[in-house]
Amino acid sequence: MALPSYTETRYRIWHYVYLTICAFVFFFLIAPLFVIFPLSFNAEEFLVFSEGMKNLDPDAFSLRWYKDMVYGTKNPWGLAAKNSFIIAIFATIGSIILGTLAALGLSSRHMPYKGIIMATLISPMIVPLIISGVAIFFFMAKVGLAATHTGIVFAHIILGTPFVVITVTATLSGFDHSVTRAAASLGSNPVNTFMKITLPLILPGVISGGLFAFVTSFDEVVVVLFLAGLENTTIPIQMWTGLREQLSPTILAVATCLILLSTLILVTAELLRRRSERLRGINR
Amino acid sequence: MSSETKQILTTDGIPLEVSLKKAEKKNKIKAFLLVAPLLLFLIITYIFPIGEMFTRSIDDKMITNMLPKTFKEMESWDGQKLPPEEVFSAFYYDYKALVEKQEHGKLGQRLNKEKNGFNSTTKRLFRNIKRKKIDESISIKEQIIKVHPNWNKVEYWQAIKRTAPPYTLAKYLKGMDMYYAPDGSIVQVDEDRRIHRILWLRTLEIAFFVTLFCFLMGYPIAHLLATLPMKYSNLLMICVLLPFWTSLLVRTASWMILLQQQGVVNDFFVMIGLVADDNRPEMMYNKVGTYVAMTQILLPFMVLPLYSVMKTISPSLMRAGKSLGGTPFVAFWKVYFPLTIPGIGAGCLLVFILAIGYYITPALVGGASGTLISNQIAFHMKQTLDWSFASAMGLMLLTGVLVIYWIYNKLVGVDNIKLG
Repeated sequence: MALPSYTETRYRIWHYVYLTICAFVFFFLIAPLFVIFPLSFNAEEFLVFSEGMKNLDPDAFSLRWYKDMVYGTKNPWGLAAKNSFIIAIFATIGSIILGTLAALGLSSRHMPYKGIIMATLISPMIVPLIISGVAIFFFMAKVGLAATHTGIVFAHIILGTPFVVITVTATLSGFDHSVTRAAASLGSNPVNTFMKITLPLILPGVISGGLFAFVTSFDEVVVVLFLAGLENTTIPIQMWTGLREQLSPTILAVATCLILLSTLILVTAELLRRRSERLRGINR
Repeated sequence: MSSETKQILTTDGIPLEVSLKKAEKKNKIKAFLLVAPLLLFLIITYIFPIGEMFTRSIDDKMITNMLPKTFKEMESWDGQKLPPEEVFSAFYYDYKALVEKQEHGKLGQRLNKEKNGFNSTTKRLFRNIKRKKIDESISIKEQIIKVHPNWNKVEYWQAIKRTAPPYTLAKYLKGMDMYYAPDGSIVQVDEDRRIHRILWLRTLEIAFFVTLFCFLMGYPIAHLLATLPMKYSNLLMICVLLPFWTSLLVRTASWMILLQQQGVVNDFFVMIGLVADDNRPEMMYNKVGTYVAMTQILLPFMVLPLYSVMKTISPSLMRAGKSLGGTPFVAFWKVYFPLTIPGIGAGCLLVFILAIGYYITPALVGGASGTLISNQIAFHMKQTLDWSFASAMGLMLLTGVLVIYWIYNKLVGVDNIKLG
């Protein structure tokens, strides 16, 4: 963003002040994530940079916390990771199916009471998690699903569907409905039309909504704290207990893995978003 | 002309209007059927349970069911003087039934909440019943009074009478640091015990300032992202999106490392000579930690709506403003800023809504002076097990959030929420 040559000095100064402020904010946003990387390779047990690390002494670095994460005795992370993935995958599938169907209905111009229904469907995203947690806990306890995987999956479907509804509705807003009519006029039945015409076109929105639902479930701790028993422990639960009780560098090793995972998801989501915009002909 | 010729008929001979309406109705049902599975699922597993929280929060049936005969007799008692023999004997039989079911302890505890001293008063009656010291053939009233002098005091009977209705707003009053006085009026608790009001105010204060900080930090970078050429802005966008996609607990953990007394931030302050090495300030387990961590965590929710609005503002508008004689500041303030107000509204409301219900981050970095109302709700759910009180406070919080949500819906529209 080069300044035109005729800019007065005071605006020139202001411009650099503004850029400095922006640089500071970007640093504030991203820097905290990077403090985790080096500390997770700490050879010592403390969560501070040792003298050796500051001097880049190779002996001060080690993989011991990564080993502990994978092979440690009485290690909770294996079970937690397994549970987290199982729950998140099923919750994502459920959210995608329910959310996409609902978004298809909501995008129809014949839909009655659109506003209020949309507001209801989005509400789990807006209502504070602690309240959702209490309400869902009461329900699951009543139907006997507390402390089961099924119960947690249902809870995460509740929390995940708003994201799918939002992204798919957004994709459908630029959707040309004449193509489905064309398919119908050529003798395709509705299911076939959906599978062959609509779904491929809205797929980027569906997948990015699914990614949101996956991350929501994978990262969710408040509701699981109410619902989970010892058998249903997840990665966020383990991190939560770890951060509250014995703060060990193993948590940082796990955190590093999670940051890598979120980078992967971010890249996928960005690629999908761009593809979707290209497909819908939105050029920016 | 007859009226029949005016009507346009379809090939089946049905009037077109009727046929169209039929098709319209079919489409409506079709659209609704697509939404129905999710709507039903949410109503059953989510909306109803929130409603159940309400009945739970006002529920006071326990004691109503424990003393059915007493409350029936009490209907004809004016509550001024000591109740008549009938009330005493009804209470005696109700209590005896409870003793047989071993539920008398619960009653004592519940009544003790209503009036101090009930626990010992009922316990003594229990011992007398257990040892069969009460002769049912003579006046029960006199015998009960002999058991404990409190039974001779009208306040205690008034307290029992107050528990008669199956519903109570006491939990809501407790959430606002108020309670029912013995005469039934609503009074405030002593000034030094008003803990909940402090929490409500602190929650509002923290949500407000976090929103303000997010706005002050988010506005410049959203502007930069929207005005830079795509290839740079895409790169910088990662700085906003990566924290957005990263686990909340990971981000909180990194702030715990940064802000601890031997942490990086304190090291840096010592290095530049801002503070002495032996006098490192406490930046975690207080409000500072909550502010810093929550601002960083919620900042993307401010930047993204701002960015999507700023992206639609044509740069030529600013140039036009300048060419018409405005200084850059005037052009910004009179032209650009008003156009971004929808984005500001969306971002601020979203951040405020999220901040007001925050739980995890304050619980980890907040300490005692940084905890919010959500932490109190969790505390009552998990520690004291006073679920009806937790429900009441949750619903009070929910009412506030729904009001903001309603405003948000009016101003921005929920279908305009943009993600990523």
